[in-house]
Amino acid sequence: MRKIAYFQAIGEATVQAMEADPRIVVAGQGVDDHKGVYGTTTDAFARFGPARVRDIPNGENAFAGIAVGAATTGMRPLVVHTRDDFMFLAMDGIFNLAAKWRYMFGDRGGAPVVMRGIVGRGWGQGATHSQSLQSLFGHFPGLYVVTPASPSDAKGLLMNALRSEDPVVILENRGLYELTGEVSEEPFTVPFGKGRIARAGTDVTVVAASLMVHEAERAADALALRGVRAEVVDVRSIRPLDDALILESVARTGRLVVADTSWARYGLAAEVAAVVAEHDPGMLRAPVRRVTLADCPAPVSWPLEEAFNPGAESVLHACLELLGEEPGNGPRMEHVMKGFVGPY
Amino acid sequence: MSPVEQPRTPRQDDGPADLADLLHAMVRIRVAEETIGDVYRDEQEMRTPVHFSIGQEATAVGVCAALRREDLVYGGHRCHAQYLAKGGDLDAMVAELYGRRTGCAAGRGGSVHLTDLEAGFGASSAILGEMIAVATGAAWTFAEPFDRTEGRLGRIAVTFFGDGASEEGVFHESLNFASLHRLPVLYVCENNQYSLSSGLAARQPAGHSITDRARGYGITARRLDGNDVVAVHEAAREAVRHCREGRGPYFLELDTYRWREHVGPNRDHEQGVRPAADVESWMRRCPVRRATEALRATDPGIDARVATWTRQARAEVNAAIDAAKASPFPAVSDLLTGTYAT
Repeated sequence: MRKIAYFQAIGEATVQAMEADPRIVVAGQGVDDHKGVYGTTTDAFARFGPARVRDIPNGENAFAGIAVGAATTGMRPLVVHTRDDFMFLAMDGIFNLAAKWRYMFGDRGGAPVVMRGIVGRGWGQGATHSQSLQSLFGHFPGLYVVTPASPSDAKGLLMNALRSEDPVVILENRGLYELTGEVSEEPFTVPFGKGRIARAGTDVTVVAASLMVHEAERAADALALRGVRAEVVDVRSIRPLDDALILESVARTGRLVVADTSWARYGLAAEVAAVVAEHDPGMLRAPVRRVTLADCPAPVSWPLEEAFNPGAESVLHACLELLGEEPGNGPRMEHVMKGFVGPY
Repeated sequence: MSPVEQPRTPRQDDGPADLADLLHAMVRIRVAEETIGDVYRDEQEMRTPVHFSIGQEATAVGVCAALRREDLVYGGHRCHAQYLAKGGDLDAMVAELYGRRTGCAAGRGGSVHLTDLEAGFGASSAILGEMIAVATGAAWTFAEPFDRTEGRLGRIAVTFFGDGASEEGVFHESLNFASLHRLPVLYVCENNQYSLSSGLAARQPAGHSITDRARGYGITARRLDGNDVVAVHEAAREAVRHCREGRGPYFLELDTYRWREHVGPNRDHEQGVRPAADVESWMRRCPVRRATEALRATDPGIDARVATWTRQARAEVNAAIDAAKASPFPAVSDLLTGTYAT
């Protein structure tokens, strides 16, 4: 199968969905410019022009409500936020309107808005341009929340979102945009609420989302050199969460590490741990370990940023700890952003 | 005995409404709200916060009579009058207040989340200014090629909100977007001078009106007496024509006054929130009384007709209350239903 980059998969899904459904309109700041949101809206703009790929004024607060008004009268807005941190300004429209519309007005129709939010990572993005909001969005009934980790899932989950009758938040980590992988040229969908086994193993389960799936896989490579077989579960979908897949894996391995690019407290990692604890804590042969952000805002200075972000090494160490093994003197792992050239 | 006149909303086409029809609609809304207020207070069975429009019926009635049925109206928390003026189903509204399965939002929304799509009442909400954005988004749909018939605008969106909502950022961002794209949306600011118990002087700079701010976005705007139903209706007809012809958004600021407290059936001037003299002054400018007086010269039987309409409306509301109480609550087993499409 042909390989394309993550950002190309998003662009392809957008064009194919817009071809199939004339109600879909892309809206966001700069979606029509020379960079096309890191290349994800470039093809759609070239194909459909400004009528359907629309630059919008600054004003996330109103635009979240405008998108709901459009969606509940027949349009299918795909709203793009070049940083998900900007979505804090849109929270009223997302939580008080989009997420509740169907329920609050008696199940006479939903608010099918799709919102893409891009998560910055590293490169000094700092405290307000690099937050992962999956735990926040995942808290609210009425929303679907997904975190594609592979190019194929980036396409399939976006195409599924654009067919949804309810609002969807898609969180894309900027660090994944250049990642290449096999992606079907045909339109296809990936259902919400279905995780995948990114790597099969028997000794420890690493449940991860988005960028941390790849960090977990790199940790699994290192563990394999030591004879440890780690299973990596990519949740793909934050809400709904694939409880069954997580439980089935932990039942086999008896050990759980949760790796996430948000904070530990009240977060995705806490939720995964709770799912296991509520179901059957007896299947755990060791305590749960959460590999997450340091409990502070994101710093800019390089060494601080390095210490702040979780990575493959922290996943590796957590797994070894659960297995009662010493970290030892293994080869130092390459940085996930190795080879990245700015500007961001 | 006078012949029974069916309660009705004024004609929803492009022609001017008869003043008698406008008055009839105002009387019906006044009686509905007063009756609901009494029952709400005495029974304690409607467990949903209610915000009455008593005293400011001319805004909703005058504007909605200028609309077509397919035009979509969005309201704020003080939405009963708007819902009823647009033709929203009274039985379904009352059932919603009682939290019944037969409510317009199936018992999920309450007083501040009314909807009746068949009547062209899109939605209302309890977060200040939210529906200004939603109506703007609906107007965006109505401006799209796929929503047009023979290339012409079919529908317009209308949103009612108070002077308080004009202080929210969403107001400014929405007006900017609507003006930029010349969207067919009519903004109706019901300026009743109070947000909770805070008067305008505590909230907005003196000498600069909300209308001025709308004009600052390049939007055609008018300010007028919101208790004069004929003036409101005529202004609304001009505004609707403007929107429907694709000339962009239009803004109406309608000066009015609510007689009751922010939320609930009581009179807050009795608690010293507002000067009693102000309330009394505005009660003398009652839109129902003024419309009645305007008709009396040419229609000497108008007082008798108002009395009849009042009786009929009371009977209609009481029947709606009885029907709601006889209706089942939503099944607890359906608690989760409607969170997502099934």
